[in-house]
Amino acid sequence: MIFEFVINLAYLLGALAFIIGLRKLSSPDSARGGNLLAGAGMIVAIIAAMIMPLPGASNNYVWILAALAVGGLIGGIASYRVQMTAMPQMVSIFNGLGGACAVVLASSELVNTNSGEYVPSAAQTANILFTLLIGGITFTGSLLAYAKLEELLKDNKFVLPRHAVFNLVLLAVLIILGVYTYLLGLEQGMTFAVVFMAIALLYGISFVIPIGGADMPVVISLLNSFSGISAALAGLIYDNRMMIVGGILVGASGTILTLLMCRAMNRSLLNVLVGGFGGSGTASAASAGGQVAKEVSLNDAAIQLFYSQSVMIVPGYGLAVAQAQKVCKELDDLLAANGVDVRYAIHPVAGRMPGHMNVLLAEADVPYPKLLDLEDANAGLTNTDMVVIVGANDVVNPAAEDDPGSPIYGMPVLKVWDAKHVIVLKRSMRSGYAGIENPLFFHAKTRMLFGDAKDTLSKLASEVKSL
Amino acid sequence: MEFIQFFNTNLILIYLLIFTVILGFEVISKVPTVLHTPLMSGANAISGVVIIGAILLLRSATPDDYVMLILGFLGVVLGMINVAGGFAVTNRMLEMFKKKK
Repeated sequence: MIFEFVINLAYLLGALAFIIGLRKLSSPDSARGGNLLAGAGMIVAIIAAMIMPLPGASNNYVWILAALAVGGLIGGIASYRVQMTAMPQMVSIFNGLGGACAVVLASSELVNTNSGEYVPSAAQTANILFTLLIGGITFTGSLLAYAKLEELLKDNKFVLPRHAVFNLVLLAVLIILGVYTYLLGLEQGMTFAVVFMAIALLYGISFVIPIGGADMPVVISLLNSFSGISAALAGLIYDNRMMIVGGILVGASGTILTLLMCRAMNRSLLNVLVGGFGGSGTASAASAGGQVAKEVSLNDAAIQLFYSQSVMIVPGYGLAVAQAQKVCKELDDLLAANGVDVRYAIHPVAGRMPGHMNVLLAEADVPYPKLLDLEDANAGLTNTDMVVIVGANDVVNPAAEDDPGSPIYGMPVLKVWDAKHVIVLKRSMRSGYAGIENPLFFHAKTRMLFGDAKDTLSKLASEVKSL
Repeated sequence: MEFIQFFNTNLILIYLLIFTVILGFEVISKVPTVLHTPLMSGANAISGVVIIGAILLLRSATPDDYVMLILGFLGVVLGMINVAGGFAVTNRMLEMFKKKK
């Protein structure tokens, strides 16, 4: 009895460590300790699961230790090697693995039911089906999101005509099949349960296919939430409270981020999932009727920056693609040495996942108080001399403010045109996501600086150095 | 009827679910934008808690039941990648957020 008490206490402390660990993530200073605390909670949980009394179990410790070693090695190496620019890919894969693990657990229940070792109650049947559904969608959806982020798969490839309708039909089939299997009971409905799992896996792929790159922050957040929910559902199968608490916390985290990302784009989740403006009706609003964007020379740009009092850098996905975060910091240092106040304006959906830009700049040693969020940045922009836009586009599009015909009308954007001057670092005049024209490039205050972000920034830095 | 019976017998569980959801939303909404990426990778690690289920599955498999052994092995590997990789990469990221003098 004492032993059982110790095990239960261990799970309780583990769950508590998760909660307090996440609580400590509310400030960058305590965050690291929070993560380590949650990690310690996980170790306690794993040990408890290894030694808790399990009547008649043959334990198979060799298998368990081998699996822990293999998983630990793969995870450890991956976390050590991954580039900070590739965090969205890594998080996607990890979401998928969590979902896959839940599917494995649920399908083992199917096998046990099939061999007659286990007779699930109605509630357990429903729970197993939900785990298969959410876990399955998380697994394949995340793998596809990974493929898209890694650019193994181009956007819009394999999109069927009327893909949204296809997805709805698939979802309807899943619901009907799920309810039917539930009513039949798992023992009788075994074949249906397997088909149900297969369709859930297919649905995961199908629902991510039409979603474009710029909407990835929403998709990753949503799949993050799903991976937590599937863990919580698996926890219900095993009646393990720590799995339930951990899973729900992750589910809540993913849900909050999903909502934040949707709000930052002024779109509903449904609109993103249906593939909103990535798809057909690109009502291309007033294309740049003969307007010419004005260029600026490297030298002039360097002089302007050098003699500014305040500079705001606006990073976007282009910064990540070009791996330009360190050169960016170099320019920042040179300007700061001359008394220029350099800060960064971070839009919530800049990049491919929530907080993507913050991590890249932290990697380059930019202190986090210099990173302003949307509201603070917009408040500060009116007193800013120069704005440097590095690989961002839609998040600085004035059409979101003043062109009701634009697909992004209503999306909160960084009002860079409130500053005195704007320099846009851009590879070419190609328009951003979904071909939305950006009037900012033709704005009277704007000058263009064409070229690769990293290359241009390092040239700018050496120009500033020679002043 | 079935639902009402389920509700009555699992009341504590239902309390746990609801309170954890509310607690989760309260705690997570305090995380600042700067830390959203570490939050996600940390969440990855925490969702690796499914590993508990996989360990229990592997422990209760009979030693000659290779289907269960392989499923359990797979589950533990998948969960452990999440746990080890998730916490390690989050730690790596958060180290970079240290305050500069």
